[in-house]
Amino acid sequence: MNEVSSGNTLTHLQRLEAESIHILREVVAEAEKPVMLYSVGKDSAVMLHLARKAFYPSPPPFPLLHVDTTWKFQEMYKLRDRMAEESGMDLLVYHNQEAMDRGINPFDHGALHTDMWKTEGLKQALDKYGFDAAFGGARRDEEKSRAKERIFSFRTASHGWDPKNQRPELWNLYNAKKSKGESIRVFPISNWTELDVWQYIHLNDIPIVPLYFAAKRPTVERDGMLLMVDDDRFPLEPGEVPVERSIRFRTLGCYPLTGAVESEAATLPQVIQEMLLTTTSERQGRAIDKDAGGAGMEKKKQEGYF
Amino acid sequence: MTEAPTTTDSVYQTEALIAEDIDAYLDVHQHKTMLRFITCGSVDDGKSTLIGRLLYDSKMIFEDQLAALEADSKRVGTQGQEIDFALLVDGLAAEREQGITIDVAYRFFSTEKRKFIVADTPGHEQYTRNMVTGASTADLAVILIDARKGVLTQTRRHSFLAHLIGIRHIVLAVNKMDLVEYSQARFDEIVAEYRAFADSIGIAAFTAMPISGFKGDNITAPSENTPWYTGPKYAGISLIAHLETVEVNATADQAKPFRMPVQWVNRPNLDFRGFSGLIASGSVKPGDAVRVLPSGKTSTISRIVTMPGKDATDGDLPQAVAGQSVTLCFADEIDCSRGDVIAMADAPPQAADQFEASVVWMADEALIPGRAYWLKLGTQLVSATVQAPKYVVNVNTMEHLAAKTLELNAIGVAEVSTDKPVVFESYEANRTLGGFILIDKITNATVAAGMIHFSLRRAQNVHWQALDITREAHAGMKNQQPAVLWFTGLSGSGKSTIANLVEKKLHRMNRHTFLLDGDNVRHGLNKDLGFTETDRIENIRRVGEVARLMIDAGLIVITAFISPFRAEREMVRAMMPDGEFLEVFIDTPLAEAEARDVKGLYKKARAGALKNFTGIDSPYEAPYAPEVRIDTTKMTPEQAADMIVERLLGW
Repeated sequence: MNEVSSGNTLTHLQRLEAESIHILREVVAEAEKPVMLYSVGKDSAVMLHLARKAFYPSPPPFPLLHVDTTWKFQEMYKLRDRMAEESGMDLLVYHNQEAMDRGINPFDHGALHTDMWKTEGLKQALDKYGFDAAFGGARRDEEKSRAKERIFSFRTASHGWDPKNQRPELWNLYNAKKSKGESIRVFPISNWTELDVWQYIHLNDIPIVPLYFAAKRPTVERDGMLLMVDDDRFPLEPGEVPVERSIRFRTLGCYPLTGAVESEAATLPQVIQEMLLTTTSERQGRAIDKDAGGAGMEKKKQEGYF
Repeated sequence: MTEAPTTTDSVYQTEALIAEDIDAYLDVHQHKTMLRFITCGSVDDGKSTLIGRLLYDSKMIFEDQLAALEADSKRVGTQGQEIDFALLVDGLAAEREQGITIDVAYRFFSTEKRKFIVADTPGHEQYTRNMVTGASTADLAVILIDARKGVLTQTRRHSFLAHLIGIRHIVLAVNKMDLVEYSQARFDEIVAEYRAFADSIGIAAFTAMPISGFKGDNITAPSENTPWYTGPKYAGISLIAHLETVEVNATADQAKPFRMPVQWVNRPNLDFRGFSGLIASGSVKPGDAVRVLPSGKTSTISRIVTMPGKDATDGDLPQAVAGQSVTLCFADEIDCSRGDVIAMADAPPQAADQFEASVVWMADEALIPGRAYWLKLGTQLVSATVQAPKYVVNVNTMEHLAAKTLELNAIGVAEVSTDKPVVFESYEANRTLGGFILIDKITNATVAAGMIHFSLRRAQNVHWQALDITREAHAGMKNQQPAVLWFTGLSGSGKSTIANLVEKKLHRMNRHTFLLDGDNVRHGLNKDLGFTETDRIENIRRVGEVARLMIDAGLIVITAFISPFRAEREMVRAMMPDGEFLEVFIDTPLAEAEARDVKGLYKKARAGALKNFTGIDSPYEAPYAPEVRIDTTKMTPEQAADMIVERLLGW
């Protein structure tokens, strides 16, 4: 990765990597108590790899935080524990106790599930540990409101985002000063695209959840989405029988909310090939972006969603 | 659907290669370089349409997005039944309703040769700060002009800003050529007008092209509609072809001397000590002689460390260049920490504490000359003050105008002083060591961006006169520890009364003291100053400097000034050696102070006879963490004085 390419011009991946590492180090130098939000997806995998690279030979000097919903795919939990072990970082897993007590789940509660487990859970976890800076793996190419978000994105004490009142971000000078109660969300891979992420994983052999690769898996079709029956909590309708299909996932979240695609792509180059030839955008498989019309994500972010 | 030019595929690649040989495609993609550029233009110049076109042609728009776009275009679009590309680009709900782009948005697309990051920056006057933000990371600027309208005030403003921020490549994109029948004469006329303007502000070269973002002319390939756009008089190149070939800044920076600001010291154990940073310019190899600034200590690079990986080129490197993030180890144990700059030993940058700089003001609250702000340059963070500007530039006419301050979106040239030397270069020589931001110490907002022209004096040339009788000797003779007791509080809070008592008590104990009183100082040293915010800051600054000389002489200095602003008290604190500044907050509620009204001033202020009176029509900012807090509603002046003396003498 560090070899200088022909003509001495760094490749785009080398420059993206250098920028991300610079951001990670700035936060560690200036924040009091940083944390990395680790969602176990491919973007988190790249972000974690960059962190290990930024601080090598030291382990990254902050913990990983997984805001769990208890409804992630089993393979995600496995990889999460393995990567925490390999990186030598502390892993904090947070569950919103109220959501747990009330039995909030994606089958019965719809949008409330995301709101309580993820949005509320994240706020509670950050407040509980007093983290003042949280790394997230969001990218600007994912969604329109993300495209306008700064790399250092400030949140009020109640975790709200004010898109009209963002600090100007010049050169690679980041202003990490914050007022009492404020916290920062930092997005080190803001300028990466989906293709960059895949290519970087490919070049560096970064471990990712096997669900990204096609395999025969038990599925049912609901509202035009292919859902995987990942455990026996999946409530089958009368007469509904899971069907084995060769599927994979383009993004990973709670298994009852994440649509699979039928695919034969079993290797990384095949996955990338399929992604490049596909005609629908990445987040299309997620129910969250469809809420509240065109401004769904922007609204969620103002309320404190990452 | 609009007609996408069929020549697109050859420029962008790809589908055939992806389908037939994904590994070959990945190899191509892996070796792409990256260019960052900005697009600027007025609201109706077709900026968003051009970006939408680039995304569309490079297949960065997916079917689901396209379906949403088609629906939106019919609902709120401005292009009738045609696709309104602008809707794709305008992200936030608020601005979609207003129909304008209000912030910086970043977009991504790639061709066979390069990946591009586009900063979409606004055309509206009040958002100069956003354009400067977007331009700060750009290698190139596309200045859009509506062929029907020609060079407008906004065109001049955007060009000036792009030039100010040091963008080396400027493209003059004369857009909407389809609406002027692709007229060569019209194009020539606009280019001539722009050239005259560009010359006048020092833009040496630009590349002009006739385009239509809406129709796709000269975007990915030379257009048949502009057959005249060839030959020596014209660039004759499509926008994409040009973007693919211009030199990026990171490459140009490699030819400069080596500099790396230190971000973080990596010390996992006693056997490893590395200095992490992003190389700002030049290149470095093990064995190179380097100098650490500002200390000037020298050593040799022993290792360039990165994490070993799958790729054989990871791990320790034989060489690293500008734009790479690395960790450097030295052959010798020398001091080096965050904020230092590692540089080529025989061509190091200078350190200085006074500069002339261009300053772009980005906050609603105007610059207060003399007030202390944080200044961040590279990884250095220091306290800094900005003088009243020498002039501000009218960005519409380029005139230099006199001004006392910098308002939101103002661009001026001013002197900047820092509380300690900063390692720097001119912005022209090095963006990383010449560009800085200013941060408000109270709101923490980024209030300005600055670009250093040159230093006004070299810090290393201002030697302190070496004195044989040191401050320690002065203090020793008096058998005391010098300090400043800085009283702050509302008018009538009891500052002078208590300060007087404190001095009497200390005097009785044979301490050498001096009391600087607000009213007395205004009769002499500061009689030229009034009561505006700026004058009050200068008043405090001078008192601070006098107090510093007095503690150097070994005295215990007592000051009694309202000193209402936190930033100024912090400025004075920063002047003094650690532990020798004690902030004494005389905490009397406004109602209580006003009820006492010893000098009858509150009455006058309430009647409107006194302007800028603290507590009435000017704010008082209470200290967050004073060394001593006196609640005058709970203790007598005598008790308060005892408490302060005890704290001072450490009893």
